Amino acid sequence: MAKFKKDGGRATPAINTSALPDIVFMLLFFFMVATKMRDREMKVRTQLPQATEVEKLEKKSRLHYIFVGPPLDGALGTAPRVQLDDAFATVDDIQQYITLKNSEKDEKEVPFMTTSLKADKVVKMGIITDIKQELRKVNALKLSYTASKASENK
Amino acid sequence: MGSRRRDIPEINAGSMADIAFLLLVFFLVTTTMDIPTGLQVALPPISEEPPQDSKQRKREVLEVLVNSADQLLVEGSPLTIERLRQKTVDHLTNEGKDPTLSTTSTKAIVSLKNDRGTSYDMYVQVYNELTAAYSEVRDEYSMREFGKEYTKLDPTRDKDKIEQVKDKYPKKLSEAEPVSLGK
Repeated sequence: MAKFKKDGGRATPAINTSALPDIVFMLLFFFMVATKMRDREMKVRTQLPQATEVEKLEKKSRLHYIFVGPPLDGALGTAPRVQLDDAFATVDDIQQYITLKNSEKDEKEVPFMTTSLKADKVVKMGIITDIKQELRKVNALKLSYTASKASENK
Repeated sequence: MGSRRRDIPEINAGSMADIAFLLLVFFLVTTTMDIPTGLQVALPPISEEPPQDSKQRKREVLEVLVNSADQLLVEGSPLTIERLRQKTVDHLTNEGKDPTLSTTSTKAIVSLKNDRGTSYDMYVQVYNELTAAYSEVRDEYSMREFGKEYTKLDPTRDKDKIEQVKDKYPKKLSEAEPVSLGK
C-alpha cells in the first residue's frame, strides 16, 4: 500500500516580494518622465497628416496650441471648427488669444514662442490661410504644422 | 545597563506595491506620450510695401501651384507629388545649366501657391516635399564639403560650416498672399 503523504512535509516557500515595490516604482518613474500631463479636453478631431521632415518642438512651455478640425460631437455638424484651450473659438479670436497668452510669458521669451497648429487632414486650406494671416498680424511668426512622423520609404 | 536592545518591529511593506501600482495607474491614465513634432515654418511679417518687381527673376522662381482638387502645377505643367522633390532639387542645383531653371542656388526661390479649397493634408505633403528637397541639397553639399551630413553638424562647433551651407542653399520658400485660384 502506498504511504499517505505526511501533512506539511514539503511546503513551498513563500516567494520573496520585497523587490516588487522597487520594480513598480521604477515603472512609475519611467512613466512620470516619459509622458506629459493631458492638459486639455479635445473638442475637435485632429487626425494629423504625415510628413517625413518633421522636427521635434523643443520646449513645451514655448508653445501656443491651435486646433482645427471637425467637432467630435456629431450634433455640431462636420464643418471644421477652431479650438483654443478648452473651448470652441473663431478665427477672429486668435489675435486676442495669442496676445493674452504672450502677456503671461516673460517678455524675453515672446520672440521664441511657436504656434503649434494641429489641424485635421480633411480641413481645407482656406481656414488655415486665415489663421496664418491672423498670426502674422500679431507677429507670431513661428509656426509649426504638427504632423506625425512618416517612414521615409513610401 | 541592559545589554538587550529593544527590537524595532519590522514595518510591513506588503502594501507598498499596491500604493506604487495605484500611482502608476494614475500616471498612465492622466498623461500622454506624444512628443509634438511638426514642420517648422517661419511666416513672413506683414509689410506694407508692394512686392518687388519679379520680371527678371522669373527664371529663379520655381512656381508650385496646388489647386482645390489637390493637383499640382509646377512651372506651368502638371506634376505628380512623387516627382516634386526631384524637380525642386534640380531647380536648386541647376547652376545655370537648364535655361528654364535657376542660374545660381543662392538666388533660387521656390514659390508655393495654394487654393482655399486645397486640403490641408495635400498642402502638408507638398510642403514636406519642398522641405525635403532643401535638406537633400544641403546634405549633399555638406557631405561634399565637410564629409558630414548637414543635420549631423554640431550647432556649436561647426557654426561656420552651417552658415556656409545656409549661404549656399538659402531656404527661400515663399508663400504667396492668399488668393483664390478658382475651381
